Amino acid sequence: MNRRDFMKVGTAAGATLVAGRSAAAETGNPEEFVGVLVDTTRCIGCRACERACSEAHGLPVPDIEHDQALAAKRDTSETQWTVVNRFETSKGEVFVKKQCMHCSQPACGAACLTNAMYKTRTGPVIWRGDKCMGCRYCMVSCPFEMPKFEYDSWNPKLQKCSMCYERQQQGLGPACVGACPTDALTFGPKRELMETARLRIYHHPDRYVHKIYGENEVGGTGWLYLSAVPFEELGFRMDLGTTPYPEYTRDFLYGVPLVLFGLPALQLGLHLLSDRDKKALEGATS
Amino acid sequence: MIAKPVSHIGGGRPLLKFLRDQIKPRGPLLTPFNLISIPTILLGIAILVVRFVYGLGSVTNLSQAYPWGLWIGFDVVTGVAFAGGAYVLTFVVYVMRMEKYHPIVRATVLNGLLAYVFYAGALVLDLGRPWHVVNPIIGNSFGFNSVLFLVAWHFMLYMMAEVIEFSPAVAEWLGLKRARRILGSLTLGAVIFGVTLSTLHQSGLGALYLMAKPKIHPLWYTEFIPILFFVSSIFSGLSMIILEGTISERVFSAQIDKKHRHSHEDLLFGLGKGAAISLFVYYFFKLLVFLHGRQWNLLDSKWGALYLVEVLGFVLVPCVLFTYAVRNRRVGLLRVAAVGALIGILLNRLNTSIIAFNWNSPAHYIPSWEEFVVTLTVVFAEIWVFRWIVLRMPVLREAHELPQPRPFEQSRAA
Repeated sequence: MNRRDFMKVGTAAGATLVAGRSAAAETGNPEEFVGVLVDTTRCIGCRACERACSEAHGLPVPDIEHDQALAAKRDTSETQWTVVNRFETSKGEVFVKKQCMHCSQPACGAACLTNAMYKTRTGPVIWRGDKCMGCRYCMVSCPFEMPKFEYDSWNPKLQKCSMCYERQQQGLGPACVGACPTDALTFGPKRELMETARLRIYHHPDRYVHKIYGENEVGGTGWLYLSAVPFEELGFRMDLGTTPYPEYTRDFLYGVPLVLFGLPALQLGLHLLSDRDKKALEGATS
Repeated sequence: MIAKPVSHIGGGRPLLKFLRDQIKPRGPLLTPFNLISIPTILLGIAILVVRFVYGLGSVTNLSQAYPWGLWIGFDVVTGVAFAGGAYVLTFVVYVMRMEKYHPIVRATVLNGLLAYVFYAGALVLDLGRPWHVVNPIIGNSFGFNSVLFLVAWHFMLYMMAEVIEFSPAVAEWLGLKRARRILGSLTLGAVIFGVTLSTLHQSGLGALYLMAKPKIHPLWYTEFIPILFFVSSIFSGLSMIILEGTISERVFSAQIDKKHRHSHEDLLFGLGKGAAISLFVYYFFKLLVFLHGRQWNLLDSKWGALYLVEVLGFVLVPCVLFTYAVRNRRVGLLRVAAVGALIGILLNRLNTSIIAFNWNSPAHYIPSWEEFVVTLTVVFAEIWVFRWIVLRMPVLREAHELPQPRPFEQSRAA
């Protein structure tokens, strides 16, 4: 067996191992994007997901029994990757979990000039500290304003939900999903989550609005939401469009090579054409 | 480049002595500018120490909703537009060979180079993890699909092109004739490369905001933002040359030779003409974007008022003023028009990056006094370096008449 064959076998064995693990995580095909379906009609606002998330990522653990945090609307922060908010709606109180949406084509990933914000092959969008230079262009670009920056640190990190990418590699699901007592959260391949969501709407056409938030928003997101009330009432932005955000800069970037090679040629031509007299020519090189 | 010819002459002594002599301050120390700038720079440095020890939050009012503030919105986005004069003028002189403008090329290129070094350099102050700034350069991680990746590379390459464009002046200062000849022969290539890079990163700075679509007010957000940024950088640069030339003429009058002074007005009107035309093109683009977006209903708000002030008051009015000043040869009015156009650029860049950014969100951002001080520090530091160079190298004066005896020439003769 030569070296190349050995490498092949080794890679195949590795791939099998990874595939085996992924199967255990019920992700099926490892090349398929995974996500989480949030059924807001099932959420009771217990915030067990918040606690599980903080514990899993070494963040300050909120005292969910006593801190009365539901009284005010909160945003995720550099110390909290996910928050649950309470909304008074036309159908009573509704709780909504908020975290990074894990876009199929993330703006942050396209914005990042070092690939620190990175869309993994299985779906989670993760942050890689060894690459990040802290320019915060991801924050400017993210339509959901999810990356949060540690402004009070000399060595700041960008903090946001990683969909527990490390746990997924060990064959586990996200910590929040495991902590949810009411099955409001479902983890799996997006394709299956879409089927589940559609099935629920189909079986209970009166319980849900006939929309799955995240199906097409910003080109599709990994996290999907079901709701009993129009999503506007739950603080969701409905004006983000269905175009994947990297598309907005695509035309410009496609134009770059044209300008980079075309403009020097044009200028050289102009330079030669503008050969007015001998004197001018001498001056041009001084 | 410097060491080699000297060792050829024999020993580095004369050069060292020459440099030591050159590094000494010249002119009176207690000028109004010095009295303001020195304390500001010292305070700015102190603030930056705090910033690097305790984090950006300790001195800035940046927040999760406003990741980019004054240091990016003014220093980088506005500063680079102000520095557009270098690429416009080198294009005119070296590519189009309009020799008329040759006398002001060096000062403009120096200004452009220093603006990039300091204002684009201010970007590093804003980075949370500046020690990773080399990541996109050394190939550790290439974010090919990032506009910022393009802008970063182009900043770096353009600074190199400008160094080459300015290098003949350094060679003349050091009295290195052969190096001067070789460096001079690189100028055209550097100019063509530099103009290309400028086209791309001036527009690229606008393209940075393309993905901030839901955050920027629709009167400022358009898919044509890169084109608008590029076109406006032309008159921005020209206006800056007019303004800067006016200041230099007074401050460094001893440096400016007679020939230059006589032709100076003529140059200013030529630049004013260019500014008027590019302002009109820009205004026309703005109007097209506005009409195409059917944005009449947006005008009836405070945002609409701000937009009208920017577009009518500081684009259309300077355009008319430039035209009038050029036709009637009124230098004073030309300078007023230049200031107006620069205010228009400032408004446009700040509106895009800060003021109309998050227009629909409850978040607020007003820069802290520390941010202003650091911004002033950057501007003052640039002026200090500019002044140091202008008083020593042949930038404003004619190259051939060097005031000080050059030590290596003497040692060569001996």
